[in-house]
Amino acid sequence: MEVKDQITTKSMPYEAFKDNEYIEKLVQELRDSGTNVLVGSLDKLINWGRSNSIWPLTFATSCCGIEFVSLGAARFDMARFGWEVARASPRQADFIMVAGTIVNRMAPVLRRLYDQLAEPKYVIACGSCAISGGPFRKSYHVARGIEDIIPVDVFVPGCPPRPEAMIYGIMQLSRKMKVEKFFGGVNRQESQKEFLRQHPIDKE
Amino acid sequence: MFDFSIITEWLNNLLNSFLPGWLTTTIECVLIGVGLLLVYALLALFYIYYERKLCAAFQCRLGPDRVGPWGLLQSFADMFKMLIKELISLNHVDKFLFALAPYLVIIASMLAFAVLPWGNGLQIIDFNIGIFFLIAVSSIGVLGILLAGWSSNNKFTLIGALRSGAQMVSYELSVGLSVLTMVVFAGSMSIGDIVQAQDHLWFLFSGHIPAIIAFIIYLIAGTAETNRGPFDLPEAESELTAGYHTEYSGIHFGFFYLAEYLNLFIVSGTAALLFLGGWMPFHIPGWESFNHIMDYIPGVIWFIGKAIALSFVIIWFKWTYPRLRIDQLLSLEWKYLLPINLFNLVLMVLIVVYGIHL
Amino acid sequence: MANIKDIVAERFSQASVEEGEIMMFDIPSEKVHEFAQFLRDEKELAFDYLVTIVGMDWGERLGCIYYLTSTEHKTHVAFKTSVEGREHPAIPSISDLWAIAGIFEREVYDFFGIIFLNNPDMRRLFLSVDWVGYPLRKDYDMNDKANEVSIENERQTDDTYEYTMKDGKIVKTEHAVFKPEDFVVNIGPQHPATHGVLRFRTAVDGETIKKIDVYMGYIHRGVEKLCETLAYPQTLHFMDRLDYFSAHNYHHGLCLCIEKAANIEVPLRAQYIRVIMDELSRIASHCLFIGTFCMDLGATTMLFYTLRVREQILDIMEKTCGARMTFNYDCIGGVMADLDPDFVKDVKDLLATLPANIKEYNKLFTGNVITKNRMIGVGHLSRKDAISWSVTGPSGRASGWACDVRKTDPYSIYPELDFEQVVMTEGDSYARFKCRVAEIEQSAHIIEQIIDKIPEGDYCAKVPKVLKLPEGRWFQLVEGCRGVFGIYIESDGSTKPYRLKIAPPCLPLAAVVDHITEGQKIADLITIGGSLDYIVPDIDR
Repeated sequence: MEVKDQITTKSMPYEAFKDNEYIEKLVQELRDSGTNVLVGSLDKLINWGRSNSIWPLTFATSCCGIEFVSLGAARFDMARFGWEVARASPRQADFIMVAGTIVNRMAPVLRRLYDQLAEPKYVIACGSCAISGGPFRKSYHVARGIEDIIPVDVFVPGCPPRPEAMIYGIMQLSRKMKVEKFFGGVNRQESQKEFLRQHPIDKE
Repeated sequence: MFDFSIITEWLNNLLNSFLPGWLTTTIECVLIGVGLLLVYALLALFYIYYERKLCAAFQCRLGPDRVGPWGLLQSFADMFKMLIKELISLNHVDKFLFALAPYLVIIASMLAFAVLPWGNGLQIIDFNIGIFFLIAVSSIGVLGILLAGWSSNNKFTLIGALRSGAQMVSYELSVGLSVLTMVVFAGSMSIGDIVQAQDHLWFLFSGHIPAIIAFIIYLIAGTAETNRGPFDLPEAESELTAGYHTEYSGIHFGFFYLAEYLNLFIVSGTAALLFLGGWMPFHIPGWESFNHIMDYIPGVIWFIGKAIALSFVIIWFKWTYPRLRIDQLLSLEWKYLLPINLFNLVLMVLIVVYGIHL
Repeated sequence: MANIKDIVAERFSQASVEEGEIMMFDIPSEKVHEFAQFLRDEKELAFDYLVTIVGMDWGERLGCIYYLTSTEHKTHVAFKTSVEGREHPAIPSISDLWAIAGIFEREVYDFFGIIFLNNPDMRRLFLSVDWVGYPLRKDYDMNDKANEVSIENERQTDDTYEYTMKDGKIVKTEHAVFKPEDFVVNIGPQHPATHGVLRFRTAVDGETIKKIDVYMGYIHRGVEKLCETLAYPQTLHFMDRLDYFSAHNYHHGLCLCIEKAANIEVPLRAQYIRVIMDELSRIASHCLFIGTFCMDLGATTMLFYTLRVREQILDIMEKTCGARMTFNYDCIGGVMADLDPDFVKDVKDLLATLPANIKEYNKLFTGNVITKNRMIGVGHLSRKDAISWSVTGPSGRASGWACDVRKTDPYSIYPELDFEQVVMTEGDSYARFKCRVAEIEQSAHIIEQIIDKIPEGDYCAKVPKVLKLPEGRWFQLVEGCRGVFGIYIESDGSTKPYRLKIAPPCLPLAAVVDHITEGQKIADLITIGGSLDYIVPDIDR
């Protein structure tokens, strides 16, 4: 299947996205592996659906969560892109936006929430606290970045990130979904499984 | 008014002319089934889009506008995504009931479609207890919800299911009684007859005060029947995360999601049928030329248009009012709606007996 | 003040007095309960409001400082106590005198390992049961390997511990939190109605709530400990991230405290700017409260209407402060930067549209029958209980307790301003809601008075590059958007605080939930939680 060179979202020019190397690398890998026509076009359809219907989990721990609320409000209106169906139940959400600091006590809860999400699932680390611990990095009760807890797809820096930055972050996620193959090929689920293997939870 | 029964009968005769009777019936059933499914899916997707757009308008937002022209394809994208989402299997659930529940819900709403009068002669089945059938099958839905809540083995879903049980059983009474009021007025339970009886004027206008009261009560109770705000206690998001379908993922959740919107259509469709003349065009007695123009608009458009207009009102409720509490919800039904309804029924009987209606 | 000294000296001759901004008595640990009871019950003292308990580690001795206020006489007093030994320090509990003291004592136990005798619930408050060490002790190792982030579920006990003194020995007894037959629903930490990551373990009977066990600490970030490692100007930015709606107010509080200690005169212009910013954030915060509260009740649309006003205010702030949420605007000696040239005009535009907006909210929501039924009589909190639980801010004022610091202990330019303290008597959720709506109007009134009178001049005083506070302790109260915010600083003369204690208004708000939800429905828990309007990072710090 010929993958289009420029992966972008609706009415956004390719140039508007910075640092496109990652997506281009993915596209290159897809080209190299190749796939048959039938699965390819099915993939295309599915990816169109997936990348246009990204439902967040209502999850927020601190300041970034309020900006996430602003994102839903009239000025930024994430409903335009179809992201407004925030599900409170992790079973029905597509991605978890880790908005805010994750502390030691919350870490197992976050991991459990992630495990409860239905495949295919994604994670956006939103704000400097979720990325690295932010201003609280030196504290005794803060996880220094959520990457040790769950695999992260997109990082959105800021303290808190502006709603525009969040839109940009979710758009990047949407682009990532577009280049991935649902049936085999470069499949993020492989890397996800690898992560889960490295960070196991003991079963009772 | 164009009569669709000409086409359907022609098709029936055509098939009968070269096929044995049982095969004809089978083919017709399959055709109807496929058509029903198609309409069903399209309507549900339209309704999802409709509500999201309306809600956005109430909230001074734009709503979906990126996927397809004016965001029209948004709900299709959602559907594709839902189809490929993982169906999570849980360890401590009653697996059979857990899987059965969404199908029960969806079957209940699909059965109700069978008797809705889509247009003149465009009705899958028109039998003498049509309305009765409608009420009966639409209450299968509550069973699905109860099962979903019970089998999920989760405290939130259980509370949601119990709330739903109490709510649906109570409000079924109001729906039933207000429907009964109109049945008394129409003098028939057959849906075809009820629609025909509104030939010259819709019941809402010809039925005096009782019809208006019944209409208002039906709208309130119908909103409650569909578990929509302000009566959305079973899935009260701020209280029970997602209520009875908290544990459902993928297309099983999709079924609940679709059924919610289809139930909305059924409730507003039934209201359109009982109070606004079903597929009957808007007629004013005496205004012959006006009535004639109205007749040019096809019945299907009349019916769906009325249903969508009524749905607008119900969606309006949801995005305006806060949610009721469970005890307030029940006292509204048992202390207010039910007595008013009973009184209203008596009033309607008197009006019919003394013939003081238009 | 001398009066208090005399009255106390009459009864407790062994209490030594330390004069200062707030008079402080030094009490031997075994007398704490007796002394506290005396302060509370003595008619002429009537110190009925426990502001906070500050845990302290003075090297050799561990101890506590109790800050008390009399709601009747508007006087403050503090007393401290300390014990020898770091193994099993024990102080008598005062949780039977003030309802909130139980929670405050749990916090001190969590941070310092001081056991409070006879407190029926001596679990850790923020940290898990298996946490090693007491983090705010000076000898605590911040990078202890035993406390690394784990993805294993945390161990949980269903028992509370009570320590009592018997024959000179400390005896530990266990109590069960819930009865075996209780149906316990776990609400949170990830739940749309908890406004963040708070966790209620709720025992229900059908839909009726029997008991709630509040779990905190899901966003405990150890701000107080972090502050001890930073210089004074660096500690300021944490205030933005506690209650992110009262960022300006909290900044104001910490700045006032440091300025008081360092004897820095703040220019009048800066004081005006600070007050305007405080009131603007109060309007924004209360607007968001209306929105989220309505969303909790199921009327989602209101959230979008109220967010419009909030966005307008954020725009004003962004122009001046350069950020939408974490402003870091107030600094020691004044404010970071001068006002934007459009500031006055923008604020006036806001004030012009505000009454129409509030009218719209009232029309859409407040007058609604369903709304009234959901709120009136739900979650009643009496004035006595409000004081006992230290429920301040709009929630306390809705119960009839005039606890607005801007009136009781005015700071900055508040004494010169004309505004009313909104006090209601009903004490239910509806009163709490109406109180906040009325406060929006009062805040607008305050801004109206001074927006045209901002004096010219410096916006920041000259402050030494390296700021050292003299030895001593200072306590400052300000009115946050959710209640009384207290800052305690103890300095040993260096550039870093020896101890910086934050007394947040939201901790009592979350603690009181158990008390006021008893016998109400699950749906009422959401109403009550919404109407109390706690911010979880503020509870946990």
